[in-house]
Amino acid sequence: MLEMLTTSLFSFLSTILGTLPALFGQLPPGSSFWFPPAASNVAEGIDWVFYFILYLCLFFFVLITGLMLAFMWLYRRREGVPALGGPSHNNALEIAWSVIPSFLLVYLFYVGFVGYLDLRTVPEEAYEIQVNAKKWAWAFTYPGDISTNELHLPVNQDVRLVMNSTDVIHSLYVPAFRTKMDVVPGRYTKMWMNATKKGEYKLFCTEYCGEKHSAMLAKVVVEDWGEFEKWLAKEGDLVGNYGYEKAGEMLYQRKGCNQCHSIDGSAMKGPTFKGAFGKEREIEGQSEKVVMDENYIRESILNPQAKIHKGYPAVMPTFQGQIKDEEINAIIAYLKTLK
Amino acid sequence: MAVEVQPTPGASPAPDSPLFQSPENYLTHPSTSIGSWLFTLDHKRIGIMYLVSILLSFLIGGLLALAVRLELMWPGQTIMSAETYNHVFTLHGAIMTFLFIIPSVPASIGNFVLPIMLGAKDLAFPRMNLGSYYLWVLGAVFFVGSMLMNGLDTGWTFYTPYSTTTSSSVISALLGVFVLGFSSIFTGLNFIVTIHTMRPAGMTWFRMPLLLWALYATAIIQILATPVIGITGLLLIAERLLQIGIFDPALGGDPVMFQHFFWFYSHPAVYIMILPAMGIISELVSIHSHKPIFGYRFIAFSSVALALLGFLVWGHHMFTSGQSPVSAIVFSALTFSVSIPSAIKVFNWLATLWRGSISFTTPMCYALSFIFLFTVGGLTGLFLGTLATDVHLHDTYFVVAHFHYVMMGGTAVAFVGGIFHWWPKMTGRMYNEWLGRLSALIVLIGFNLTFFPQFLLGTHGMPRRYFDYEPEYAFLHFLSSVGAFTLGFGLLLAAIALILSLFNGKRAPANPWGAVSLEWQCASPPPYYNFKRAPVASFPYDFTRVEYDPPSQSYIVRAEEKGAATADH
Repeated sequence: MLEMLTTSLFSFLSTILGTLPALFGQLPPGSSFWFPPAASNVAEGIDWVFYFILYLCLFFFVLITGLMLAFMWLYRRREGVPALGGPSHNNALEIAWSVIPSFLLVYLFYVGFVGYLDLRTVPEEAYEIQVNAKKWAWAFTYPGDISTNELHLPVNQDVRLVMNSTDVIHSLYVPAFRTKMDVVPGRYTKMWMNATKKGEYKLFCTEYCGEKHSAMLAKVVVEDWGEFEKWLAKEGDLVGNYGYEKAGEMLYQRKGCNQCHSIDGSAMKGPTFKGAFGKEREIEGQSEKVVMDENYIRESILNPQAKIHKGYPAVMPTFQGQIKDEEINAIIAYLKTLK
Repeated sequence: MAVEVQPTPGASPAPDSPLFQSPENYLTHPSTSIGSWLFTLDHKRIGIMYLVSILLSFLIGGLLALAVRLELMWPGQTIMSAETYNHVFTLHGAIMTFLFIIPSVPASIGNFVLPIMLGAKDLAFPRMNLGSYYLWVLGAVFFVGSMLMNGLDTGWTFYTPYSTTTSSSVISALLGVFVLGFSSIFTGLNFIVTIHTMRPAGMTWFRMPLLLWALYATAIIQILATPVIGITGLLLIAERLLQIGIFDPALGGDPVMFQHFFWFYSHPAVYIMILPAMGIISELVSIHSHKPIFGYRFIAFSSVALALLGFLVWGHHMFTSGQSPVSAIVFSALTFSVSIPSAIKVFNWLATLWRGSISFTTPMCYALSFIFLFTVGGLTGLFLGTLATDVHLHDTYFVVAHFHYVMMGGTAVAFVGGIFHWWPKMTGRMYNEWLGRLSALIVLIGFNLTFFPQFLLGTHGMPRRYFDYEPEYAFLHFLSSVGAFTLGFGLLLAAIALILSLFNGKRAPANPWGAVSLEWQCASPPPYYNFKRAPVASFPYDFTRVEYDPPSQSYIVRAEEKGAATADH
């Protein structure tokens, strides 16, 4: 049995070692063994602190496990031979190994503290973006009241995010920027970043927020000022640029409607949109049926709890103040196309 | 020890040898009826009932963990929906924390050995001890109740306002936590009073076995911190039932305040979990290397230091929560102070191994695994206490890996090691050492394979509590899942080794390891009354007085010479 175990263990280990290179193939370009690419002005400093601690830890790890293994070998039990024995304590030694690491810890605290101040001191002259988080979508609002669900950042520009949440606590995290901050309902939290490398990055929600927590992602795009402004202008007038139906479809995805409402007839957290327009539906707590018309859609967006479709939970957050009339019109136009 | 001896059939020990089965052993005396177990006031039986119940919780929590790892083995949906996944990881965390790790060592091993180590017949308050067990059962019923009703999907941390708005059964789960809290307080109170008032002749504070120091320090935290989680739970229940605004901003409350309340208990609770484990390791390392523990006083004081400092660092769970940067900085500074007492213990254990005579018994293999895993867990805590790096690592798999190295690799491994160490005493049976050692090896390999890749997942930015993940994380998740099943297999082997011993294990001698502390000087299993006459205690790590007695296959502790009893070590 022992032999069987060792052979299976061996083949198992060799399988794993054989596929190890695949790990590095999968990671985004520019990743190191420990980190994704560093794309903000604080990232390299933070990585430096990380590596400093890493080498410190490696030193102590090798020291402790090395001594342990050596002692396990040197002082293994031999039949009839008692322990060599030694002093039962040594105050000088014990004080030394308590106090000397303390100096290292003070230094660790200091570098962590300095790095943290950089992370948390928001520059005065920063470009400001408002962030709203709700289950399970991000909304980034730029000056001029332009709202999108992608975070576009001009390269080498200090950007301040002023964040709030509509429902539960979320947390905004961009691994490539090495920074995160919780987004808390009932208060504003702030963070800032200065992206130094053009490209696309991932933004995660890192505070557990329910069923679609792991789908609450957003794309971060870092680009030149020129491209950024062009993009922003286009976003500012979706209907003008794309027409009602196309704009409605874009809004369906960006505002997170697609998290709960399917367009293929399948039931999700909320009722499907397929063929829904113009149909009657039963409403929770009232006997009369209601037709899903323009007014119903508008009311459901701005005051979702007013008329709940029978059989579905009352979980939709309101979009009051986060959506423009033209955008509601675009969504209505889009829903009409879903026959 | 002067105990009436009846030779065991089949064995031929000398009549006065310590190898005997006492006719009044606690397993059969006063009776073997179920009622005599359920209403027993004997700390040993209560300890065994706790042990069985806690191990059952460990099994359920472990199966839930395997379900989580199976789901995460491949990207996308594997065996369950996102909603089910959220319930499963919550129950894994909640069961492991509240039903398994917090009571684990004190309530089972502690309950069993603490009075015997003191040469006492029982704890100071036997009825309160039984009460504590039934409170645990009641709390567990509430937990299982919420599982069967609506499930629980808040994460074991119950963060508001998610927990005030979710439709899952938060209230019954919190009632469970509240009741379990009392169970924990009862145990702590009992231990403190017992240690203060019932130490035998010769046992000064600095002649207590180090496990008792650890249990004493733990009991302080249990009494001082547990009420806070109880009150926090009640406030949350009040908010949900009565719509009083406490934590929910929609009602005018403050969700970050909940985090302060929660961690004010839950950080000290980390020390409720790890201190008794450290106590076990101090016993195991010394006894199985047959050499006095090095730096007894430093280890004893570091337990108390951890218990006290543990109260001052809760804010390090909240560096990105929106608490003020000033408090984050203060908490970071305080956090580094707790690493010193832990480091002291590790260095002292190493110095104990030095020039020892190390027996690679199963308990020792687990103890050595503990030192390895706890070292990794402790060192990786430095990345999280340091503010600059924590902002990146907070709420990623790096944190998951770190606390599993400390809680699972630390506490759970020490707990299993402790069970193997005291198993002969508890059951009167020896297990198959090779099977035990093999289980320790597989647990060590499986553990590292499970959790080391999670450090890398974390530094690469993989957030925790995710049902699904980006393709770039797939390989490391796969590795981790393979490791989890290896780990599960290792623990299964450990269980098999122990269960088999009940049926065909050799009879255990009174003192199979050559230990000096008092619990090894009564029979295995101990008689109902532990000791007929109160024994006189000596320094529990003085192995010069230990001799092997071949006919009884047991070690014998020679009586201390006159005058030596008062000498300080």
